[in-house]
Parts: sequence; C-alpha cells; structure tokens
Amino acid sequence: MTLALVQDDAKLTEAARMASPLAVRGLTVSYGQTPAIFSVDVTVRAGAMTAIVGPNGAGKSTLLKAALGVITPLAGTVAMLGQPLDRMRDRIAYVPQRASVDWDFPTRVIDVVLMGMYRQLGLLGRVRATHRAQAMACLDRVGMTDFATRQIGQLSGGQQQRVFLARALAQEADLYVLDEPFAGVDAATEKAIIAVLKSLRDAGRTVVAVHHDLATVPDYFDDVVLLNTQVVAAGPVAHVFTEDNLQATYGGRLTTARADPESVAG
Amino acid sequence: MWADALLLQLGYNATLVTLGAALLGMAAGVAGTFLFLRKRALVSDAISHATLPGVGLAFVVMVALGGDGRALPGLLLGAALSAALGLLCVQWLTARTRLGEDAAIGAVLSVFFGLGVVILTVIQTMNTGRQAGLEGFLLGSTAGMLRGDAILLAASAALVLALVVLLRRPLTLAAFDPGYAQATGWSLARVDLAMMGVVLVVTVVGLKVVGLILIVALLIVPAVTARFWTERADRVVWIAGAVGGVSGYVGAALSAVAPALPTGPIIVLVGFGLFLASLLFSPGRGVLASVLMHRRYQRRVHMRQGLLALAQGQPIFEALTRRLLHRAGLILPDGVATAEGQAAAAKALLDETRWSIVRRDQSFAVAASRYDGLTPIEDVLTQDQLRAVDARIDAPQVVA
Repeated sequence: MTLALVQDDAKLTEAARMASPLAVRGLTVSYGQTPAIFSVDVTVRAGAMTAIVGPNGAGKSTLLKAALGVITPLAGTVAMLGQPLDRMRDRIAYVPQRASVDWDFPTRVIDVVLMGMYRQLGLLGRVRATHRAQAMACLDRVGMTDFATRQIGQLSGGQQQRVFLARALAQEADLYVLDEPFAGVDAATEKAIIAVLKSLRDAGRTVVAVHHDLATVPDYFDDVVLLNTQVVAAGPVAHVFTEDNLQATYGGRLTTARADPESVAG
Repeated sequence: MWADALLLQLGYNATLVTLGAALLGMAAGVAGTFLFLRKRALVSDAISHATLPGVGLAFVVMVALGGDGRALPGLLLGAALSAALGLLCVQWLTARTRLGEDAAIGAVLSVFFGLGVVILTVIQTMNTGRQAGLEGFLLGSTAGMLRGDAILLAASAALVLALVVLLRRPLTLAAFDPGYAQATGWSLARVDLAMMGVVLVVTVVGLKVVGLILIVALLIVPAVTARFWTERADRVVWIAGAVGGVSGYVGAALSAVAPALPTGPIIVLVGFGLFLASLLFSPGRGVLASVLMHRRYQRRVHMRQGLLALAQGQPIFEALTRRLLHRAGLILPDGVATAEGQAAAAKALLDETRWSIVRRDQSFAVAASRYDGLTPIEDVLTQDQLRAVDARIDAPQVVA
C-alpha cells in the first residue's frame, strides 16, 4: 500500500467522523485498575441502526454511558457532527436500562414522558395543552395511551420499557441511544419497540442500541459493533457479522451465547 | 389555654415563635422531600450534627474579638461553615474511598458531634460568662426568640421555597433517573449541590428552633407522611410542606403552653402523629387499606373456588369458604347448594371454560393477559368475541 493511499484512508475516516452523530475516539473507562473498555473507536453511521454486541462484561453499557457523559471516562473524546457532545445535548435521546430506576417513585406515566420535554420547557416554562398532546402522541406510538395516568409501579416490564421509549421520543432528537431495550420484555413489546426504532431510522434519525440476542441482529440492525473491552470489528452487518468475528468476540462462549440469548445480557 | 395558643392569643413572643416554627416546618418539609426521593435522607443527619463545632468555635472567636459570644448571626455563620465542611467530607469519602455513603455519614456525624461537645465543654470553663444558652442548639429553645430571629426564619423559608420552585424539574429528574438527567445535559453535580445547599440553609436556621439532633426529623417525616397520600412527586412536595408547616405551628403553640418542654421534640412528635395517622389510615398505601384490600381479595378467591367446587360436585373443606357461601345464601348449612348457588356455580364454571379457551388462543393474547382467576370474562371480551368463544365449547357443560 502506498503512502498516498493511506492518507486518503485517513481523510475518509476523518470525513466520516465529521458526519457522524456519534464519533467516539480512544475512549477508555476503568473501574479501579482494570479497564471496562479500552481505547474504543466507534464511528456511528448517520441514519442507520447500529447494534453494540458482545459477551457479558464486555463493556457495552459502559461504552454508552461514557459516550453520553453519564460516567466520566479516563481518556478519549466524543463528538456529534464534529462538535463536542455538550453542545449537542438537545439532539440526543437516551433510554437507560429499565432496572436503573426505582419504579415505586411517585410519578405517573404521562409525567415520565413529559420529563423528555424538560430541556425544551426549561426551568419555569409552563406545561401547556400542546405539550400534553405531544406526550400523548408519543405514548400512542408505543401503544400506551390507556396507561397515561397510571402510577409507573403498576406497569409490567415491557410496559415500563415502552414508557422509557416514549420519553425518548418526546425529546424529538436526532440520535437515539438505548441500553438493552429488549432485556426482559415480552414478545409483543419487542415487536412494538423495533417498529418504532425502524420508523425513526426511516425518518433519517440514528439509532444505537446495546443488544444481546445474536439471532435477531441481522433482522433488526444495519450496522454492528462487536465489543469485548476493545472493538473486535465494526461496520455493516453483512460484512462484519461473520462467524470468525463472532468467534473472536465471544471466544469459547459463543455456543452458550447462541443457545441462550438471555445469558449474554448485561 | 391550648385553644388560645393555637389561635395565637398568648402574646407577642409566643405568636412570633409559632409563626416562625410554621415557616421553618414548611421549608424543611419541601426541602426534605427531594432528599427523601433521592434516597439521601440521612445525609441531612450528618449535616446537622456537623454544625456543632462551628457554633462553639464561632462563640470563641466572637468572644476573643471582644464581642457578644451569643450573637445569633455569628453563631449561624459558624454552624453553616462547619456543616458545609462536614458535607464535603461525606462527599469526598463516598467518591474517593471505598466507604459507602452510610459509613461516611456515620463517621462524619460522630466525629463532628464529638468535637462540638468537647468545644462546648471547654467554653463552659471559660471566664467570659454569658455562655449559657449554647446547649439550646442541641434540642432547640425558642424562649429567647427575637423579632429579628423570626424575620431570619421567614426570609430563609421564602428563599428555600423560591429555589425549590425554580429547580423542581432538575431536582425531580435527578431523583428519579440520575443517569438520564446527566445524559440529557443537566449537571448532576450542580443539581445535588443546589439540593444540599437548600438543606443546609434549612438546617442552620432550624438549629435555634428544633435543635441539631432533631432537625433530620423535620426534613424527613413530612416527606414520608406525604408519600402516603399521592403518587405524584409535585404533590408530595406541597403536601410535605403543609405537613411540616402544621407540625411547626401546632408544636410551637403547644410548647408555648408548657414552657418546661423543649420546643423541638414537641414539633417532631406532632409530625410523628401526622405520620402515624397517614401510615394507618391513608387510602391506597395505608396499613388499614392494605389489610382491607387483602381481605376483600381473599374472600373473592374463596367464593370463586367454592363455586367451582360446587359446580364440579366436589366437597368444600375450608371453613371460611363454607361460611362465605352460606352467608351469601348459596349453600345450606349442610353444604348442599341452593338453587341460587347452583346458578352461580354454573356461571363460574362457564366463565372458567371460556377463559381456558381464550388463554390457549394466541389471537386473544391481550385479553388473556388480564386473566387473574376472578375477573368475569364479560368484562374483557365483547359480545361478538364471546359468541365466537362459546361456539368453540364443544360439549355442553354438565352442572351438578
């Protein structure tokens, strides 16, 4: 390979980074002395659905949280369209793991969805009828309008996940980041969620999700990042989601991962 | 006499104290709600105990400068500074060491309180005189409350209410889902700092009225009391404010009647009374409501099981089931079904048969998810759906 070609490559990746709604470079996070993720480079393609896949403890959730600044990384930079993330917060929607909050918290379904508009409302802006209508429309997209005034603790796991997705929809963001959206939900909810995510993608939005079911990756996603502390491979599912790459990501655990998708969650 | 106290008829000073305590209670209830929702209630205990060395040192400094050691603004400033230091210690220990927050709170609380007691003891031996009254900061004493003190309380309460109104959204979000708050651009560190700042203000101005040992009760009891009455965070805040205000008002009024009793404990006991009443009698989350709901549910289960047993000609062994069926006029004392009982049993069996068809059919998945063994199927399916189900009951059901 000539030097000129290498430079071309570098220019291309730089261009891809500038256009990417989530470009992560050299990201390292460590709990104590062992890194959870090490020097991770990921350039998410705009308008695509990207899965982050890897074995237990591979650092999938850590990657998302560090990329969004929920935890502080040891090293690395994160950019959206070439800008530092902090300037682009209003364009990012986040769906955390369902188990990360206390569902006995005194709040109703509609109030949770309205939380998605807090940035837009500011500190003192009044919640008007238009905001409520917008929140109800988001609930409608996930099939939860009948539950609007329920206390959130009365919902099933799948319903809770739908409410979290509705809150993200209310943000009207360009980038949707989801942490294990299909963990512990019923089949109907999984179908409903993937339909909403695909409609977002078809509307030109970008979706990034931690995913644990290898069998559904090709059906659900366009791109995939195979992660095991470091990035093993990343790119379009057709090129990257190969037997060899999976073997390299999961090692001896691949057969178990295939046999029991739930065992890879986390 | 008590009525006079509650109606503010006991003179200027008692009125001042009562209104001041009501404002403090309101501010504490509102501020404490967010601590409670964020599950950091006990941090306030560390903050309040950490005020004591500041009070003592402020006294020493003011005396050394030739002033009046008991000037309230100076004492409160000292209290605020050392409380802030204690809070920083808790934060630092939690973030930078392997200690959990509970251990950090325990360590800071006891060390600061111990230091404060030593300083106060030393002050007692000093030759300045006029050191009497400092121990009032432990349990609160409103005897010598001045107009200026009451105005300070009112101003602080107003400040706390204004801050909470301004920050209600980030405070709620940080309490419910801190990760989401952070990801959507609210700085968790700043929100928490604001929350602790508000709590610090309440603690310091509350020292004189309730005392440092019991201020934690004024912060937490109203919030847990309010939680019994609503499922909405914004309402928890305002109900807690009301509970705190009533506790302060009634408590201070009662202690005006019995000056031998310290004000702080009385206020806390009034708050506890409201908490106890809510715990027992609130609808939904209260103990009584839960017991009643459980018993009603248990009876429905027994009735249903009894009717199904009747329909299938099986004996009923449980005394409660027999009693319930008998009382409803569905069986005779010897266990034989009445005409009414036979009809009800047939209806229950038909219901169960219809349910079993619905639950086996994927196309009824939504309806099937509402099966609980009790809900009549007519509540879930439309008439048309029912007819479709009935068409699939192959043999007519034989009823005993």
